[in-house]
Amino acid sequence: MAGNTETIPTGVLWGGGQSPFSVTYGKMMMWFFLVSDALTFGGLLTAYGFSRATSEDAWPIGEQVFRALPGLDGHYPLVYVALMTFLLIVSSVTMVLAVEAGHRNDKRSVVRWMAATIVGGVFFLSSQAWEWSHFIHGSGGGFQLAKEVNVTTDSGDSMTLPKGELVFMDHHFGHLAEPWSEGEANTVLSSEDGHITLTQFGEHDHSAQLHSLTVNKYVENEQTISGNDAVKLWNARSDVFAFGANLEDSEYAAQQTYANFFFFITGFHGFHVFSGVIINIVIFLMALNGVFERRGHYEMVEKTGLYWHFVDLVWVFVFTFFYLI
Amino acid sequence: MERDDLIVNDSYAMASHHSEEAGAAIRKKLWFVTALLTLITAMEVGMGIIFKRSETFTWTAIKWTFIVLTLVKAAYIVLVFMHLGDERSNLKRVVIAPYFLFISYLIFIAITEGFGHLDSFTTFH
Repeated sequence: MAGNTETIPTGVLWGGGQSPFSVTYGKMMMWFFLVSDALTFGGLLTAYGFSRATSEDAWPIGEQVFRALPGLDGHYPLVYVALMTFLLIVSSVTMVLAVEAGHRNDKRSVVRWMAATIVGGVFFLSSQAWEWSHFIHGSGGGFQLAKEVNVTTDSGDSMTLPKGELVFMDHHFGHLAEPWSEGEANTVLSSEDGHITLTQFGEHDHSAQLHSLTVNKYVENEQTISGNDAVKLWNARSDVFAFGANLEDSEYAAQQTYANFFFFITGFHGFHVFSGVIINIVIFLMALNGVFERRGHYEMVEKTGLYWHFVDLVWVFVFTFFYLI
Repeated sequence: MERDDLIVNDSYAMASHHSEEAGAAIRKKLWFVTALLTLITAMEVGMGIIFKRSETFTWTAIKWTFIVLTLVKAAYIVLVFMHLGDERSNLKRVVIAPYFLFISYLIFIAITEGFGHLDSFTTFH
């Protein structure tokens, strides 16, 4: 498509006076920059693999950690992340269409497709903001057991849960358990006829009942426990609670490295997307003002495009190695 | 110094503009690649939902399928979207060969040492 395939004798090719790679200095340097940046991301993902290989405890399963959709109850394993991936692929396509339009010196189309690419990038960043927010807040949180407890799960299995096991609440109950566990006076615990209720008094009173609890929420063999056994677990709680994740604490895994890698890898990628959007906006304005039209070619659009596709490329790997496997 | 982004002769790729018909063919190919990438992603998510993680051969096979599908996606992005496939072969090699050399060594050593670390930890702890 863009390549120059004419045959030039090697002596002439490497003899100075022209690019032996048949590309401009700028484009070649963009490729070299991308190779080094790809090594950085490769290093990060490999470090994640190293950390996971050294881990004794079960590693969280992507499908069980990332299964929420904004504003909806229920489980949608990796659907949100897949939508983010789709967004990035689509914005990559609009970018390559802008590059193609540039080869035809079609200013109108370049401007239009660049605008679409920027919109796609902004949508991706917003999705990532939601995902981070959800990951940080968690979905219900959990409490640690102060002693060993024997329970029967809803599917009829008998389980012995050791001291220190993290038991997870649903997000209605957990939402109120968070201020309660922090000792906020407006949230009150009551138990009547075997029902555990948390009530938050305020302008509008909120209350939630303890219906069921979950164990092994983010690893294999997730189980739900309800009824009297759930009350038994609640009564065996220690005062250690975990809600969501930050750099010191995480409900998702025994290993803090899981949350840390999430923040670092997706954060570093998100930073690349952010700078990509800024660069795209600059190029969009330059194209709009006719800078490239006067220059006679749209190579800057192509160089920016290389960076933007690289961001998509990295996400493809993050998706597989962080979320899927 | 002469600025080479101001292309004055025809020796650089960007100076070679293509026609309306050639553009139509390229666009057709781009939409095909888009559909393919989307389909592969949907397939991966579906496989992740259907197959449960375990120590079995099935899950190992699924894991390798994911890796192969990812490499297919990556190849389409690099060769078509970034059109490295249309560049001169010396540029292709200069970009791909060093990367694969370093990254495959890094992966090999990190994973091997990772499991070695776990092994000694579980043995001596």
